[in-house]
Amino acid sequence: MGIDSTHRRFSWKGALARHSSALIFLFLFACFSLLSGRFLRIGNVVNILEQSSLLAVVAIGITFPIITGGIDLSVGSLVALCGALAAGLVTGHAVPVPLAIAMVLALGALLGGINGFIIVAGRFQPFVVTLATMAITRGATLVYTQGRPISGIPASFTFLGDRVAGIPVSLLILLIILILFQGLLRFTPFGAHLYALGGNEETARLAGISVHWIKIGAYSISGGMAALGGIILTARLWSAQPQAAVGLELQTIAAAVLGGVSLAGGSGGLAGTLLGALLMGTLANGLNLLGISSYLQQVIIGAIFIAAVMLDLWTKERHGESSQGALS
Amino acid sequence: MKRTVLCILVTALMGGLVLPAAAAGRGEKEADSTAPVLGLSVSTLNNMFFVTLRDGAQEAARELGVQLLVVDSQDDPTREASNIQDLLQRGVSALLINPTDSDAIAPSVHRANQSGVPVFTIDRGAHGGTVVSHIASDNVAGGSLAAEYLLQKIGGTGEIAELQGIPGTSAARDRGAGFNSVVSGSAHVRLVAAQTANFNRTEGLDVFQNILQAQTNLKGVFAHNDEMILGAIQAAEAAGRARDMIFVGFDAVEDALTAVADGKLHATVAQKPAEMGRLGVITALNYLAGKPVESSIPVDLQLVTAENVDHF
Repeated sequence: MGIDSTHRRFSWKGALARHSSALIFLFLFACFSLLSGRFLRIGNVVNILEQSSLLAVVAIGITFPIITGGIDLSVGSLVALCGALAAGLVTGHAVPVPLAIAMVLALGALLGGINGFIIVAGRFQPFVVTLATMAITRGATLVYTQGRPISGIPASFTFLGDRVAGIPVSLLILLIILILFQGLLRFTPFGAHLYALGGNEETARLAGISVHWIKIGAYSISGGMAALGGIILTARLWSAQPQAAVGLELQTIAAAVLGGVSLAGGSGGLAGTLLGALLMGTLANGLNLLGISSYLQQVIIGAIFIAAVMLDLWTKERHGESSQGALS
Repeated sequence: MKRTVLCILVTALMGGLVLPAAAAGRGEKEADSTAPVLGLSVSTLNNMFFVTLRDGAQEAARELGVQLLVVDSQDDPTREASNIQDLLQRGVSALLINPTDSDAIAPSVHRANQSGVPVFTIDRGAHGGTVVSHIASDNVAGGSLAAEYLLQKIGGTGEIAELQGIPGTSAARDRGAGFNSVVSGSAHVRLVAAQTANFNRTEGLDVFQNILQAQTNLKGVFAHNDEMILGAIQAAEAAGRARDMIFVGFDAVEDALTAVADGKLHATVAQKPAEMGRLGVITALNYLAGKPVESSIPVDLQLVTAENVDHF
């Protein structure tokens, strides 16, 4: 049920079972390093981290609803809406940058919380609810921006997408988020309840866990992280794009699944999701450096995705861990 | 045991996929290490226009004996920023960029400027950073060309509609401006519907279906690109009204030329995407060779109708 329900003695097989995506990551890293002289350079590794950080931040957020056994399809649209609102606030309304960021983060968490509220209040399927809010949020973005990009973002905002002393600011943000939410998952009742709820909602309810609030909290985190993603994206592109992050929700789900987070809920963790996001970033970067045609890239990425999921499933079965989650 | 075999198979599968592809890429790279390597970032290779643009650039690169690395943004500015970063990491001598968006490309152009790599924009410009040359069609003139033809075909009187491209893109803005400048100068022609279908065929079909419902006296329609006009023709055919209308598109992609030859589409404005790609490569090489290049390189446009479609 929990993330580490199987720790007895350290075993290589156990480590492999829990981190098969790490194995694939190392394998790809080795391949790319051998094949391209430019891959394993510090500049390129920093590039990969910078390129993956937006996906990783949003994917860490979406991991929470997924652990509850739900899904949040609205994150891509929310990235676009929050990115546009942040841009609008700092340009059109001249709101100070820290205040604008706080407002947008709060709004993202609120909109995410509304997702959660509709899901628990109406006992709806998260897929359906967030599919609807995905459309509503994208539409709201188009209405707000009138379909036009918002540019003229001040440097005090764009520095969030820039580098300080050679280190991407977005990477620092990612690290802070990771530590913060890892702590929340591991050391608070909220984290324990989240896994309990994802493992078996009825049992969790009978155990006296307020499953409704836990769920609303999970979707709030997802919304808040999508808002943060929007802020990073706007800073990185020096402008807000109404059609930004279309399909990002699928990439974040892919990152979580690659990292061993079960779509059935109850298992997986943020380190896995982070690894999944890095794996996707590394693939895109490495294939580009090798000059592989973009058509073929999509085939390779899809095939590696399937291979990774199969490897994850088999190593888990082999290790005797319950594979119920991954199968159902 | 069985699972061990499966694991090995999976690993072999991954290796089997990455290694040959990589080897192919590598062979290309090592072909000639002294010639300049050009990078081309295309907004999307899921649209024939940009595929033709890439083909034109590749052909020119082959003729001139330089390597051209092509990356596909898939219409996603985030991916575009990463792709361009990767091209710079590979050490290209010059960047040819066909941006997904003129605003969103600015930081990437800036980054290339910082790395000392000259940037050339194709089709869409950049609102920031230093660009050596911009290679593009004269879209305003093309919009006017389309409007003049449409007005002449409907006899200078009646109601017409306009399907607009992605709002905010310079192509949509300029084609619309050229079209509207001619239409507004005509006393007897009324533009009764102007909506966006985002340069997309499916949206063109849906949006025009709605316009057909609302407007019963339409005599003609102009779309900012061929994808949308082809969608509109499908909608009009389904409604049984295609014969009563004049259709004018823009871009002269393969499907549109077929439609012109079949008499379904009356005219399209031919941009020359292959020529854009070719001029991009040639301009970049001229610049790298120290020759002077113009900051704006216009590419001709031409009206394609049933009379001259065979030449395209």
